[in-house]
Amino acid sequence: MKIALCIKQVPDTTDIKWTENNTIQREGVESVINPYDIYATELALKIKEQVSGSSITVFTMGPAQAESMLRKVLALGCDNAVLISDRKFAGADTFATGQTISRAIRTVLPDFDLIVCGQFAVDGDTAQTGPSIANFLDIPQVTYVQDIVNAEEKTLTLTKTADDGIETVRVTLPALICVMTQQFEPKRPLINGIISASKKEIKVCTMEDIGLSAEKCGLKGSPTYVSKAFRNQSNHNAQKFKMNVQDSVNLLKEKIEGLK
Amino acid sequence: MPNENNSGILIYAQKNRDGYIHTVFFELLNKAKELAQKLGGVDVNAVIFTSPGQIDGYKEAFSNMGVNKVFYFEDERFKNYSTEYYSKLIVELVKETRPEIMLVGATNEGRDLAPRISGALATGLTADCTGLDINENGQLAATRPTFGGQLMATILCKTYPQMATVRPNVFKVNPVNNYVQTEFIQRAVTLNGINDRVEIIEFKKNVQNVINELDSAEIIVAGGRGLKNEAGFKLLKQFADKIGASVGATRVAVEMGLAPQSAQIGQTGKTVTPRIYIACGISGAIQHTIGMENSAHIIAINNDENAPIFDIADTGIVGDFFEIIPEFLKE
Repeated sequence: MKIALCIKQVPDTTDIKWTENNTIQREGVESVINPYDIYATELALKIKEQVSGSSITVFTMGPAQAESMLRKVLALGCDNAVLISDRKFAGADTFATGQTISRAIRTVLPDFDLIVCGQFAVDGDTAQTGPSIANFLDIPQVTYVQDIVNAEEKTLTLTKTADDGIETVRVTLPALICVMTQQFEPKRPLINGIISASKKEIKVCTMEDIGLSAEKCGLKGSPTYVSKAFRNQSNHNAQKFKMNVQDSVNLLKEKIEGLK
Repeated sequence: MPNENNSGILIYAQKNRDGYIHTVFFELLNKAKELAQKLGGVDVNAVIFTSPGQIDGYKEAFSNMGVNKVFYFEDERFKNYSTEYYSKLIVELVKETRPEIMLVGATNEGRDLAPRISGALATGLTADCTGLDINENGQLAATRPTFGGQLMATILCKTYPQMATVRPNVFKVNPVNNYVQTEFIQRAVTLNGINDRVEIIEFKKNVQNVINELDSAEIIVAGGRGLKNEAGFKLLKQFADKIGASVGATRVAVEMGLAPQSAQIGQTGKTVTPRIYIACGISGAIQHTIGMENSAHIIAINNDENAPIFDIADTGIVGDFFEIIPEFLKE
């Protein structure tokens, strides 16, 4: 099975910087792999173990510094890595991002069977990029995936969280899945994995490489744009009491009774 | 782009397997009515997928809630949600009726469906909005938290329909009867030659519906890392029972196996707005507070007086949960 794994680097800081265009400044900010993409990676590796002859190609869209994250994921047992990177991609919303990543997958891995994404990224928290990629490739999607039940050449059986319970679904490949589970133990990279990952070539895809025009990329290719950004202010009045246990109990009781 | 989209606001009415319409629809409807006024009194319409005959059961509710037109698709297959069928049919409906705005609840289903619709229509979609308004140019101004709630961003859309999703419990339902003569329009189910490539082979309903319990709870007590272990959560449960509260948890507590994922409140869990929220042993990471900061009154109990939770609490009690709560339960 040919698996495309899509991951994202997210800022690991509370110090968020914005550009003049009110988009997020990514250069110079320390970054980590999006936590949900770790679960996606674990699930992709699990499928690779179950279906012999499988390979995983990791895709990420971002600046050159995302290469370090790709090397870490290669060390876990992924086979190839693609960095989709071009200044023209800056400011892309989920529509433009879906268009760009789907093009890159089409270009590099046209005969893919499965695309694995995290359910959402903790920075934007939209949960839209996965379905957006699936839309551009006209393939079915399964979101909120908990676990894999069975993997075969042409179908996958998965459990997923619906609003009212847990569904077991069978999807015909090629398909895209978004992984929600929080239950996998993240794998530690093997020493020889780290060594071989450091030697692997990371393929870089620019706008020209994937055959997209500038009008379809980045801010230009995005139907939405940030008109203003502002700090979130709390409207609670932050009274703090440091008292003995009995007084604390009395205060708690008084507040609960008074507000009930 | 000239606005040829003038058929008002379209809302996706999510119907669950038991046949109930998700409350997020009524919350969106109330907000949409307000937006429609600002747009000069445009229609507020709904789209729903039903099993044959099922629409009759909803007619009164739609009329009482003031929905102008209901577009419905009827088919045996629509007992369960289908990404492929629903998105294809809604895309056709939108192309034909040209709404100015389309709203979808940010439930698991809505978050699965909305990006497929916006993608196929090549229009913009703003996720998990906490504020919707009409700006001076008549555009939908969709405000949402970003970067774990540290910043709010107001997002505009260059294309039509301007689409947005909103989480349950962000807007309020209008309890007032808003009766209108609703027009019910059955739409043709044009799915010839299309087979859903995703097949549901088994479904297990949530046994204990913690999700709905939290959604409608007047009082919530929630536990975090500071409750340490199962004994801490047992104590939390006793506290909850004593005051008639529902139990919530942070992501860390869920990852520690102390509470089910369905009890998780915050960025990756539920958004709740009870009258009283009591945060116990919760440090107040933004990932958590984003899901509870709109509660009417927040009480925090934490032994770290510098915990950020105290910055957003109305009443902060610096103290040990394991000392205060057993004493509270004695009385």
